[in-house]
Amino acid sequence: MTQTLVQKSPHPVPVEREHRRERLAALAQRHGALAVLTLAVLVSSVVFPSFPTAENANGIAIQSSFLAIIALGMTFVIITGGIDLSVGSVFALGGVLAAYASQWGPAPALLLPLAVCGAIGLLQGVLIAYTGMAPFIVTLAGLLGARGLLLAITEEGANTYLVPKDSAFLELGQGTLLGVGYPVYLAVLLFGLGGLLLQRTRYGQAVFAVGGSPDAAALMGLPVARIRVLTYLLSGMLAGFAGVLNASRLSSGVTILGVGLELDAIAAVVIGGTLLIGGAGTVSGTLCGVLLLGVIQNVINQIGSLNSSYQSVVSGGFLIVVVVVQTYLSRRRHLR
Amino acid sequence: MNQPVLDVRGVSKRFPGVLALDDVSLTVAPGEVHALVGENGAGKSTLIKILTGVYRPDAGDVHYRGEPVAFGRPLDAQAAGISTIYQEVNLVPLMSVARNLFLGREPRGRFGLIDLARMNREAAEVLAGYGIDVDVRLPLRSLGLGAQQMVALARAVAIDARVVIMDEPTSSLEPREVDTLFRVVRELSGRGIAIVYVSHRLDELYQLCDRVTVLRDGRRVHTGELAGLDRLGLISLMLGRDAAEVRRDGLTGFSAHDAGDVEPILRVRDLSRAHQLHGISFDVRPGEVTGLGGLLGSGRSETAKAVVGALGADGEVTMAGQRLTRRSPAAAIRAGMAMLPEDRKAEGIVPGLSVRENIVLAAMPTLSRFGVVSRAKQDRIVETFMKRLRIKAASPEQKVSELSGGNQQKVLLARWLCLHPRLLLLDEPTRGIDVGAKAEVQALIDELAADGLAVVLISSDLEELVEGADRIVVLRAGAVVGELAGDDVTEDNIMTALAQEPAHD
Repeated sequence: MTQTLVQKSPHPVPVEREHRRERLAALAQRHGALAVLTLAVLVSSVVFPSFPTAENANGIAIQSSFLAIIALGMTFVIITGGIDLSVGSVFALGGVLAAYASQWGPAPALLLPLAVCGAIGLLQGVLIAYTGMAPFIVTLAGLLGARGLLLAITEEGANTYLVPKDSAFLELGQGTLLGVGYPVYLAVLLFGLGGLLLQRTRYGQAVFAVGGSPDAAALMGLPVARIRVLTYLLSGMLAGFAGVLNASRLSSGVTILGVGLELDAIAAVVIGGTLLIGGAGTVSGTLCGVLLLGVIQNVINQIGSLNSSYQSVVSGGFLIVVVVVQTYLSRRRHLR
Repeated sequence: MNQPVLDVRGVSKRFPGVLALDDVSLTVAPGEVHALVGENGAGKSTLIKILTGVYRPDAGDVHYRGEPVAFGRPLDAQAAGISTIYQEVNLVPLMSVARNLFLGREPRGRFGLIDLARMNREAAEVLAGYGIDVDVRLPLRSLGLGAQQMVALARAVAIDARVVIMDEPTSSLEPREVDTLFRVVRELSGRGIAIVYVSHRLDELYQLCDRVTVLRDGRRVHTGELAGLDRLGLISLMLGRDAAEVRRDGLTGFSAHDAGDVEPILRVRDLSRAHQLHGISFDVRPGEVTGLGGLLGSGRSETAKAVVGALGADGEVTMAGQRLTRRSPAAAIRAGMAMLPEDRKAEGIVPGLSVRENIVLAAMPTLSRFGVVSRAKQDRIVETFMKRLRIKAASPEQKVSELSGGNQQKVLLARWLCLHPRLLLLDEPTRGIDVGAKAEVQALIDELAADGLAVVLISSDLEELVEGADRIVVLRAGAVVGELAGDDVTEDNIMTALAQEPAHD
C-alpha cells in the first residue's frame, strides 16, 4: 500500500547529503559493472595463471565483439523503454546473407545484410511507434520471422553458404592489426560512436527522454515516434552487422547461430546498469556487461572440470544481483 | 487595452454526448495575468488543450499576435510561443536538470555534438535568474517539486514564450516555493509575457491575477477585473448559484435526520498530510449524513482516503471508540468502514465480471470456508441486495459494464453493504449518473442513514450536499473552515465559509 511511502520526518534530509546520496547511486548505476569486471579480472588473474595472457585476453575480446555490437543496439532500445528480441535471429540472418552475397564480392556481402536487417528493424520500429503494439510482441514476431526467412533461403538450414576462399570479404573478420582482430577494433569504434550518439546528440537526448517519460517527451515537442523507429532501425542494422562480421570470421553463413543471443544481449545491457524500464543507461556499462559475461565464460572454461553450461548459471546469478541492486537504489530514492 | 496577444473568439468543442465548450471567448493582453476558473467539467482543460494544439475547435477561432492560428500539435503551439506548465511536472526525472532545460534545443559545438560545458553553464545561469542554485548535472528528480516546477517554467519561457499557460502550478508546492513562483510570474508579466493562470486557490488568484474569466458548464459566464469581484461573487459565478435562488425546494430525494446527541461513531482528529491536509477534525454520527463540502482541490477526497487508510496521513482516527493505529484499507474495512471511490471505473467496478461477482468481491473472505466459496450464500446475498437497492440488471450474471452508471454505482454500494459496514464514505456517488438514477441513489443513501448507518457524503454538487447532508464540514485548501448543522446547512452558508479570508496567511 502506498501509505508506507509517505514522508514522516518533519526534518527533511539536508540537501547536501541528499545530493551526495544521489551521486553515489548514480555512480553505482554507471560504474558498478566496471567495478565488478575489474574485480573478476583481478581474481581470475590471481587464481588462473593461464588467464592473464595476451592470447587469452585476445580470445575474450574477439569472442565478445559480436555480442558487444548487438548489445550496443539493444542498449539504445532498452533506454527508450523497449526491447528487441529479434536480434539473435537477425544476427544469424545477417551472417547467412553475407555469406550468400560474398560470391559477388565484399561490397554486396556487407550491404545486402545491412539493408535486409535494417529493413526488419525499420518495420518493427514503425509497428511499435505508430500502432502502439508492444515491443515484446512485435520483436518476438521479428525473431520468428527472421529465423523463418533464414531457413527459407537455406532450404531448411540444409544449405550452408560458404565464403569464397579468395574473397577479400574474409579480411573483415579474420584480419588482425597488432595481433588484435579487426572485429575488436570495429566494436570499440562502434561503442565510441555509440557513446557520442547517446550522450552528445539531440537524438541521444531524445532516446533518454522517450524512455524516461514518453508523455513529457511528447509535450516537450520531441518526435517520439520517429525516435523509436530510428532506434529499432539502429538495433537491426547493428545485429546484422555483427552477423556479417561473424560470417567473415567463420568463412560461412552458419544457420544455427544466434539462438538465445538476444537474451545474452539483454543480460549484458542490464548488468551494465541500463534500467530495464528505460530512461537511463550507458554504452560503456553495456561494454563492461558484455566483457563480464565473456570473462565468466572464459573462467568456467579454465576450470576444466566444470561443465560450460554453468556459465549461464553464473551469468543468471549476476543478473539477479544487478536487478536487485537497481531496484533497491531506485526505491530508496523514491522513498524520500 | 493593448492589442491582445491571445484572442479566442467564440470557440466551441463537442465530444460525443457533451458540448465541452460552447461559444467561449477569451482575450489576454501582453503582460497580463489572466485567471481562468471554473469547477470540474467547466471546460477549462478543453480550452487549454485547444490553445496548446492538443484539440482543434469545432467552431470559432484562435487569434495569436493578431493572426488566426490553428495548431496541429503541441509542438506547433510551443514553436509559436505558447508554452504550458502542467500541474504535474512534465519533464524527464531521470535526466539531468540541464538536459531537461535544453532538451530538443541543446547548444551544439564541433561536429554538431552537444556542447555539454556550455549547456551546463547556461543552465546554471538561467536557473540562477529564477533564484535556483543547484548542480544542474544532477538528475531532475533530486530537486524538490518546487524547483522542478521552476525548471519547467524556465524551459517554457526560454523557448521565447509570449504566452505561458499555468495549469494549477502550485498544487504540489510548499508555501516558500509558491512565493518564488509568484515572484517569477510577476517578473514574466513585467517583461510583457501574458500568463493564463488556472487555479482553484482563490487566495492565489487575488494575489496574482489582473482579470478573470469564469467558465461553467462549457460556457463563459464572466470576464472582468478581478479586483472588482469579491470572493463570494466569484464563487457564486463558478458554482452558478445566486444567493437569492439558493433557498429552493429540493429537487433531490433527501430528507433530514435528527441524530441529535448520539455518540459519534467516527472521530477524526488533526488529520494532516504534507501540502494536502492540515489538521482536519470532525465527527460522524450514526443515522446521519455528514457532508464534506469545498471546491475542487480542497482536500475532500483526500480526507476520505486518509480516513480509510488509502492515503497516508498523520492524526487520529477513532472508529466506534477504537483508535485505528495501523491504518490501511484492510484495517478500515475490519473496523466497519466502507468507501465508494470517486472514480468508479478506475478504483471500483471490475467491468469484465458479472453483477454477482462484483457484489461478492469484497465479501469473499466471509463467504468462503477453507478457501471454497459457497455459491448458495453468494446467491442469497446477491438476491437480497439486488432487490433492496433496486439494481436493474437482466440477471445477476450480466456483465457489470453493460449496466447504466446508476446501476453500476448501486452494485458498488451493494459490494460494501454486504460487509455490513457501520460507516459508509461516498465520494461523488452521483457523478456521471443521469438525473433519474441520481434521485434513486440519493434516496438510497437516505434510507441507509435512516437504518442507522453513518454516512460521509462528498459532492461537488452543492444542491446535493445541502439536501443530502444533515451536517456539513466545509474544507478549503486542506483545512476545515466551517461546520454547518441543522438549519445552517444552506448553499449560502457554504459559499460564505468558502469565501472567508484565510486566517493564516
